[in-house]
Amino acid sequence: MGSSARRLLRLVALAAVAATAMAGCGGGGSSTPGTSSTAAASCAKSQLTLLKPGQLTIGTDNPAYPPWYAGGTKSSFWKINDPATGKGYESATAYAVAKQLGFKPSEVHWTYVPFNRSFAPGKKSFDFDINQISYTPQRANAVTFSKSYYDVNQAIVVLKGTKISSVDSIAGLRPFKLGAQVGTTSYDFITSTIKPTTQPAAYQQNAAAVQALKNKQIDGLVVDLPTAFYVTGAQVPNSKVLGQFASGGGAGYFAMVFAKGNSLAACVDQALAKLRANGTLKQFQQQWLAKATGAPVLK
Amino acid sequence: MASEGDRRASLEVDESRRSRILGALSGADGRRGVAIALLSTLVFLVVVVVVVANSPGWPAVHKGFFSWHYFRSSLPGIARAFLLNCKIFLIAECLILPFALLIAVLRSLPGPVFFPLRALAIVYADFFRGVPTILVIFILGLGVPGLQISGVPTSIVFWGIVALVLIYSAYVSEVYRAGIESVHPSQEAAARSLGLTRWQSLRKVVLPQAVRRVIPPLLNDFIGLQKDTALVGVLGAIEAFNQAQIDVAGTFNFTPYLAATLLFVAITIPLARFTDWLIARDRRRRQAQGLLA
Repeated sequence: MGSSARRLLRLVALAAVAATAMAGCGGGGSSTPGTSSTAAASCAKSQLTLLKPGQLTIGTDNPAYPPWYAGGTKSSFWKINDPATGKGYESATAYAVAKQLGFKPSEVHWTYVPFNRSFAPGKKSFDFDINQISYTPQRANAVTFSKSYYDVNQAIVVLKGTKISSVDSIAGLRPFKLGAQVGTTSYDFITSTIKPTTQPAAYQQNAAAVQALKNKQIDGLVVDLPTAFYVTGAQVPNSKVLGQFASGGGAGYFAMVFAKGNSLAACVDQALAKLRANGTLKQFQQQWLAKATGAPVLK
Repeated sequence: MASEGDRRASLEVDESRRSRILGALSGADGRRGVAIALLSTLVFLVVVVVVVANSPGWPAVHKGFFSWHYFRSSLPGIARAFLLNCKIFLIAECLILPFALLIAVLRSLPGPVFFPLRALAIVYADFFRGVPTILVIFILGLGVPGLQISGVPTSIVFWGIVALVLIYSAYVSEVYRAGIESVHPSQEAAARSLGLTRWQSLRKVVLPQAVRRVIPPLLNDFIGLQKDTALVGVLGAIEAFNQAQIDVAGTFNFTPYLAATLLFVAITIPLARFTDWLIARDRRRRQAQGLLA
């Protein structure tokens, strides 16, 4: 009894000291591992910082939507497309990057990462996440981004024959009820560039947003251009891409997401630079995103 | 350890109840109790703070969830969106109270003639208590407008409120029913013997007693309703939680969720304290009656 009380007292004292010490440090000194992009030599396969040695773990959301993932190979888990087929723009790019880094396709492992989990603090469950995530400087405070693997324009999908379907300028969109998916930069685009006079809607899932467009609960759905063509082609009959918006100076691009400070990002950047230079990325775009071009530019 | 203090406390019923949080003590024991309670609370808090703050991931979590910068920048927008939660809450509450009472009364109707109504009320309460709220919200908010019947509203807030009213009326009708059944049958018998009709005795004798008894559990359900207004966000309405999510997605920082949480808590905790106070007052009153009898 006595000794346990003394032990308790000691613990309290210790705790108090530690608390003061913590207060002194005041949230400083997060020990992030070395960040800077180091020389090519460290990008040898055996030198890479990986979740599981000898295996590249790539994250994406489920369902994995076309045209980013394609082929239609479903499994009990991947409901629309299994990302491990190498088909679809993101899947193809991921395998090409993996090959550049020295991984055989069999050494690439896909894991389900919902959007929110991709940037949650703590240990990541992936080496990188590739899921139509746009780079923004603010987001880069929380994670490390790769360079662009796709320069993206926003676009707007509307139902044919509705009032909004004859609009031909950004200003003309203002009176309409617009919607976008939470987590995309499309919503920011609505509020900061279109600035509609009606409160826009924000949906948790692509499915809900698409349903709302079908129901005419929103007049227009803002998504990235390739997704817009998927929506009109496969999800909403009788809809069309009203137009795309030129992102000033290539401001909008999709990037892979890494744990903050992961040195693997620099190696992936080298791989992307090579794939861009030798035309592989362009070829993938022609193969998977060819439809995603012919839309008038709204100004 | 069970000594004077405890026995004295058991006599001073009211006293002990007031100090329930600190333990039932009074006088010198009370002061010592307060001191011990304060010390143990302090030790507890210090240990929690030290364990959390020394965990390896704390700097990242601190930055990711408790950033003053993101809190300040997101709070005004979320507070504006929170007005929608309050609006949904208030409208839904005003509709739930009478609708649930109607269900409860239907279910309490006696006699074989009213069996269909009773059955309907039972099916209704079973069904809407059993179905997940989010499913009802999706089906009404996205499904019904999908039918494209002209004249049927497509507003997501409208259907969100309808869904919440349907779900919560089922719960609240059960609360009312418990209240109605807690009124002794002799009350109704006495009322009927005075010449009141069945309807009059229900309205003037049974319901006033029943409703008064169930006010605390009613408030309890409204605390739940206040929180569930956030579910309307899944339909695309920009309420506090959805706005927070937009901010989180824009910055990859989770602090806006904290801001939304604080707004909800600012409403629900006073409501919870108020409920507790009502329960305590009710018990005091009933016990006072008991002493008089």
